[in-house]
Amino acid sequence: MSRLGKGINWNRLVRSRAFWLGAALVVLITVFSVNSIRSMGGEMFSYLVIDFFSTGIFMATPLILTSIGAVFSERSGVVNIGLEGMMLIGAFFGVMVSYFTGSAWLGVLGGMIAGGLTAALHAYVCISHHANQTVSGVAINVFALALTGFLLKAVFHRAGQTDRVTKLANWIMPDFFRNIPIIGDVLGSNTPPVYIALLLVVAAQVVLFHTPLGLRIRACGEHPEAADTVGINVTGTRYFCVILSGVLAGLSGVTLSLGQLSLFKEAMTDGRGYIAIAAMIFGKWTPLGAFLASLFFGLATGFKFISQSWNMTSIPTDFLLMLPYILTMLALAGFVGRLTPPAASGLPYRRRGSV
Amino acid sequence: MKRAFTLIITAALLLAVMAIPSFSKEYKIAIVFDIGGLGDKSFNDSAYLGLQRVAKELGAKTKYAESRTPSDYEPNLAAFAKEGYDMVWGIGFLMADAIEKVSAQYPNTKFGIIDNSWDDAWYKAHPNVMSVMYKENEGSFLMGVLAAMTTKSKVIGFIGGMEFPVIWRFEAGFKAGVEAVDKSIKLLRNYAGSFNDPAAGKAIAVSMIRQKADVIYHASGGTGIGMFEAANETKNVWVIGVDSDQFDLSPKWTLSSMIKRVDNGVFMGTKNLIDGKFKAGVTNLGLKEAGVGMAATTSKNTAAGAIAKANAWASMIIAGQKSVPDGMNEADRISTK
Repeated sequence: MSRLGKGINWNRLVRSRAFWLGAALVVLITVFSVNSIRSMGGEMFSYLVIDFFSTGIFMATPLILTSIGAVFSERSGVVNIGLEGMMLIGAFFGVMVSYFTGSAWLGVLGGMIAGGLTAALHAYVCISHHANQTVSGVAINVFALALTGFLLKAVFHRAGQTDRVTKLANWIMPDFFRNIPIIGDVLGSNTPPVYIALLLVVAAQVVLFHTPLGLRIRACGEHPEAADTVGINVTGTRYFCVILSGVLAGLSGVTLSLGQLSLFKEAMTDGRGYIAIAAMIFGKWTPLGAFLASLFFGLATGFKFISQSWNMTSIPTDFLLMLPYILTMLALAGFVGRLTPPAASGLPYRRRGSV
Repeated sequence: MKRAFTLIITAALLLAVMAIPSFSKEYKIAIVFDIGGLGDKSFNDSAYLGLQRVAKELGAKTKYAESRTPSDYEPNLAAFAKEGYDMVWGIGFLMADAIEKVSAQYPNTKFGIIDNSWDDAWYKAHPNVMSVMYKENEGSFLMGVLAAMTTKSKVIGFIGGMEFPVIWRFEAGFKAGVEAVDKSIKLLRNYAGSFNDPAAGKAIAVSMIRQKADVIYHASGGTGIGMFEAANETKNVWVIGVDSDQFDLSPKWTLSSMIKRVDNGVFMGTKNLIDGKFKAGVTNLGLKEAGVGMAATTSKNTAAGAIAKANAWASMIIAGQKSVPDGMNEADRISTK
């Protein structure tokens, strides 16, 4: 039970290879960049820091939302490779609802419902019919690409991208917060999903590790038979978690199409669903860990952009472009320490004696 | 006896029907679009315009197929070849591998590809393939002139999709155009690493605006849509589109677009075939051949003086008095030091 109850152990984090990997990266980047930074004025430097974190959080937000959804799904015992497709469907339906109603918030709702329904399909196939979860997830990704392309033509009568629609207005924080240097500049006025994502991290961590519901979810993912014996509704819990992951993926898609942009473009998720799954693994199947990993990926992407336009590094562009993916591979290869997925993740549950 | 007679008559009629096309050959021309598909207001739509002209002006029978994923390219190309089409076009360099395979399987069908070329030895082995290439550096040069004439902050940005020679042509041409007007202008460049990530395009554009860039040009496909979004939102940057006229994406803030006349390429290549002048190899289309140029909407937001200056440079390039670097030399690209 102790393994189940563990969230993030800071002592272990400091001793882990992931920590040193990250530290080594920061040192490497600093060494390469120090010359150009030194030639910059102080004001320019703070501008650069703001740019770095703004771009990083911009790129991280969709990853945070999706990876937290992935944590719930896998913790309950269902692998959800289909998140990429659910994001795409969420992004499209968000734009479509906003287009017809003129309300971006209704669009957000529409995108979340569409993501949830797609996830319900995945749940139905995998939980009720014990299908292979990876195959179903991949099928959903292919299906989402085709469905959104088809609907784009049917509804908007064009290919490539939709018309521009009403997007979410920025939320503006109170003055005292906006006056904090750097933090105020980065988070003082931002698109609503950024704040939702940050609140969600805390909520998800609390629910998963400090409530009876969280205990039930984890029990279903570790030992569904034992959970069933003590009266937990395994099927119901798994349905709930998979649909929740779809709703969050939908929200993440809407973050792209209505929060950051104001239109849908075919295949606009561009692999973020897969990176989010990597972030979940990197973060060891905990919401807080997934958040930190997403933030790390986001900042790495942010760094690759700003280091180019600020001419501040002699690291080749190709390497910078590879960085997030190299980190993912390293994570998967076990460089972040032992990665233990939930024991029953990916396994359909059949009650003994049932057909 | 009666039955045999009927058979003979039927056979004769069938033969006659089959023989008719040989009297006046009707050419059958097909296009396979890449994953952008019809309605992309860019490459594929432009190619489709060319195909329509082929049908109307050259009287050929035309057909097209869309590709949902890159794995559709090969079967789509092969299907047309199998159906006996005289020439099949592949739109975009992503189809290079598919064209290479299918053209070897169907040596009697002619193939055309936009934006991809091979070396001479390759065309000897594939004598049924022609490539249409564009001198994007010449068109981008004009965009550089427009940008340099418009900027007030003296900082101009360039967003690329992925870093390889085709995009270097845009980058180097643009840089040369800017420097032809004012050498003191600071140029920023940024490669997104994807042609299909508009959110990343927006992040890059916003980052450039933070560094005081007030004109940005992109050669990054769908990623560049984010640049137009940044312009619409921040309302303090001029943007320049690419491939087709992208004015609609930001009617208030679009200076111009560097258009690639894929329609002219498809039409010209097909016309060569019908005129019996088909030749395997590469055809380069620049300003002179009306292969690249400024979008018609340029005058809406761009000062007349800037356009006049760009036109003056264009006529010098057409007359051969000015050559535009193609970016193969690192020194011609935007410095990252």
